[in-house]
Amino acid sequence: MSPEAANKLPYTREDLVSGQEVRWCPGCGDYSILATMQRTLAKFDLPKEKYVFISGIGCSSRFPYYMNTYGFHSIHGRAPTIATGLRCVNPELSIWVITGDGDGLSIGGNHLMHSMRRNINFNILLVNNQIYGLTKGQYSPTSPIGKITKSTPQGSIDYPINALCIAIASEATFIARTLDSIPAHMGSVLERAMKHKGVSFVEIYQNCNIFNDKAYEPITGREARDDRMVLLEHGKPLVFGKGRSKAIRLKGLRLEAVDYKEGMDTKELLIHNEQDPEPTYAYLLTQMEYPEMPVPFGIFREIVKPTYDEMLNMQVQEAIKKRGKGDLKELIYGTDTWTVK
Amino acid sequence: MPETKTVTKKPVLEAVAVTVRFAGDSGDGMQLTGDQFTDTAAVMGNDFATLPDFPAEIRAPAGTLPGVSSFQVQFSKDVIFTPGDQCDVLITMNPAALKVNIPNVKKGGLIFVNESSFDEAHLKKAGWKSNPLTDNTLKDFQIIKAPLSALTANALKDHPLKLSEVERCKNFFALGMIFWLYDRTMNHTIEWIQKRFAKRPEIVNANIAALKAGYNYADITEALPARYQVREAKLEPGTYRKITGHEATAIGFVTAAQLASKTLFYGSYPITPASNILHELAKYKNFGVKTFQAEDEIAAVGAAIGASFGGQIGLTGTSGPGLCLKSEAINLAVMTELPLVVIDAQRGGPSTGMPTKTEQTDLLQTLFGRNGESPIAVVAPKTASDSFQMAIEAVRIAIKYMTPVVFLTEADTMNAAEPWKLPELDKLPKIEIKHPQLGNEPFLPYSRNSETLARPWAIPGTPGLEHRIGGLSKADLTGNVSYDGPNNEKMVRYRAEKIKGIANDIPELEIRGPKSGKLLVLGWGGTFGAIYQAVMDLKAKGVEVSQAHLNYLNPFPKNLGQVLSQFEKVLIPELNSGQLLLLIRGNFPGVNVIGLNKIQCQPFKVEEITKKIRELV
Repeated sequence: MSPEAANKLPYTREDLVSGQEVRWCPGCGDYSILATMQRTLAKFDLPKEKYVFISGIGCSSRFPYYMNTYGFHSIHGRAPTIATGLRCVNPELSIWVITGDGDGLSIGGNHLMHSMRRNINFNILLVNNQIYGLTKGQYSPTSPIGKITKSTPQGSIDYPINALCIAIASEATFIARTLDSIPAHMGSVLERAMKHKGVSFVEIYQNCNIFNDKAYEPITGREARDDRMVLLEHGKPLVFGKGRSKAIRLKGLRLEAVDYKEGMDTKELLIHNEQDPEPTYAYLLTQMEYPEMPVPFGIFREIVKPTYDEMLNMQVQEAIKKRGKGDLKELIYGTDTWTVK
Repeated sequence: MPETKTVTKKPVLEAVAVTVRFAGDSGDGMQLTGDQFTDTAAVMGNDFATLPDFPAEIRAPAGTLPGVSSFQVQFSKDVIFTPGDQCDVLITMNPAALKVNIPNVKKGGLIFVNESSFDEAHLKKAGWKSNPLTDNTLKDFQIIKAPLSALTANALKDHPLKLSEVERCKNFFALGMIFWLYDRTMNHTIEWIQKRFAKRPEIVNANIAALKAGYNYADITEALPARYQVREAKLEPGTYRKITGHEATAIGFVTAAQLASKTLFYGSYPITPASNILHELAKYKNFGVKTFQAEDEIAAVGAAIGASFGGQIGLTGTSGPGLCLKSEAINLAVMTELPLVVIDAQRGGPSTGMPTKTEQTDLLQTLFGRNGESPIAVVAPKTASDSFQMAIEAVRIAIKYMTPVVFLTEADTMNAAEPWKLPELDKLPKIEIKHPQLGNEPFLPYSRNSETLARPWAIPGTPGLEHRIGGLSKADLTGNVSYDGPNNEKMVRYRAEKIKGIANDIPELEIRGPKSGKLLVLGWGGTFGAIYQAVMDLKAKGVEVSQAHLNYLNPFPKNLGQVLSQFEKVLIPELNSGQLLLLIRGNFPGVNVIGLNKIQCQPFKVEEITKKIRELV
């Protein structure tokens, strides 16, 4: 590619395709995520040398190879650590961590939690298909209890973890859920993640058509969607159901579904507030689980807090302001020297 | 503040080298007291070497044997290389400190005991069946009985301090006595006290009063008939400072980053004895240093790799158990061929082992403790101050050869203090770095420099060089994922050749003494001082023996085989069961190597090495 072509803006999706042969199984939900990511970034005017995709191990972690940007396919669960170091030394890049339910919530659970609590300025996409794909079909930390797999022929006896609960507990400043089968929704969420300053955590429900096909079908399938999904909109009631006939209300410490009609008095209803300074409301949303409740998609929470990298750079600046730019001679000589003649 | 000058009629005798050991409870301030004594030795121009020796527990139960913390320092008018095998003077704050340290005192040596603490309860806690001050236990030593606690309390009776605070001043009383005994200035310590406790003037006054009271007590007590003087050492001309291993390491890495015009990024998880490097580097933010206290060892090395990927100096530091956790990530840096420096401050192992004690047992781990064929460079400082130079070397090699480098140091090297002849800054060579820019040819992230075999260090943000790296096997030139067997072999061999080639870029091994003969003593790392002293002592007695010491453990200096072949026998003293010995046997099969091995988490005594050498020649 010539230097001129390298910098041509605006981009189309094709400009962000690396040309490496994509090796996911035909029908894998990752194709849709990759295409949506490429389309989303093409909307921004950041030159592509400024993007870095960093992943761990697993099917989704092959992602960086397919983006025509900088990329780092690292080791199992550790992508957030590499992203952390990179962010600490370079404030200008747009950094994306691609992880999965095994990579991010099992072997790399520690790093996921700590990068979120530090509010380091990068984006984390957790592609959740509730199964280990690359190791050929063992249950994952998000698989429902009783899941029968090669490693659990009598059904798994692990209770699953809810990724968004971890994000809320870690006080991530941007928390969202989207899905592979509605690219428009995914695109809008990724766009918001890109614009967010601080850590963005996006869980993407993704279908593994080989080892866990249709795991989300009862929620996101075309038939079920209307009744089983709530699309969150800031400042609006949580409306769902065929013909937008239901909404959510708070009763005590629980949420419940009630009948809804366009134009009705909404003061009894729960109104979505992404910016709630308290995490309690966002946590309540995570408890809306299939089959008792419709499952929320969209931005759960977005708050503003200084980022780790920002504060780190500020400390460096403050130290320079207070003590002057480091002088090597002073450093080496220290406070007490003596001379031998 | 003017120093109290006591006119004394006691004679002042000359001494060449003296070893002093302060010992007490971990809460008694023995490390601080030893530090102050050492600083004063530095100010007075002596050569010196220190050995702090403390328990892993922060405050083990007071008065018990596991709670004993010691600090040994040898100071001298001659050049010295070790903190001394045994001490001339032992200062003990309680019966436990006495019990633990009796084996460390020379026969006929002077032992100060805090008589105030020799009550039944303290004796029992220390496991004394009868009072050693009244039975025959100490017959081989000169005992100075001073009720330190009572004397300190008396000296401070007009000071507005709580009883417990008064008791805590007794270390300065003891220090004052030793200052008198060796005719030391008190000025440096007085200034230090004033600075350290500036916010609490009552503590400043009390500590200074205790220090002076100790000095005056020693002057008048009949138990001490004479004092000694240790004159300035005839060190090489130059400007000196006192430096510890962890300070020299930290300063070395800051300097390396400045020489490379890069940001130093240090990712670390607290672990003894490496934490001091984190503490040191955290102070140097005005040099642009960025320190990151990670959630674990893996995150620490991962972040360092991220910083290297971003084009800065990625450094991580740990000790043995942490190195185990980092091995997978180090291999990622091997495969992605990114510069990375890993500090391993070795401590007693295996497992948690003895966290505060020294060993040399990670050498084979650094060389072979990773999956696959994964050679990396390994350098090791031989003394505290040598850490400065070797830190710069580690960074230089990592960048020039795009490889992980282990900076293999030891607990004792890190904690030891010694005089450091300051380097001439303008003589330190710059570390040159060339990041590639887009040219007319397609960018090949796994093309190689024909001389060094290093791949280009293209950093994110560079237009037109977008590429992907990772842990999967890499195709030659393009760096694309490759499952091709012959290509894999080619890449494994490239990386091995690259590391081997570093041998052409490091100093040849120097030999002290004859270039051939009966016996060469070969060491590496922190055993340098003890070996050097042993060889020097024996040479003075006419024993023919040569010494060589390795700073570079992978690759070895290119003349190593030739050097070894000139000697009938090669003695390798190591604080492990023979790790370098195994490497020498494997690499140079004809050499007659003999090990001297100690795995007690304590450094070699000079006499252990002299004894072995005598056996062999």
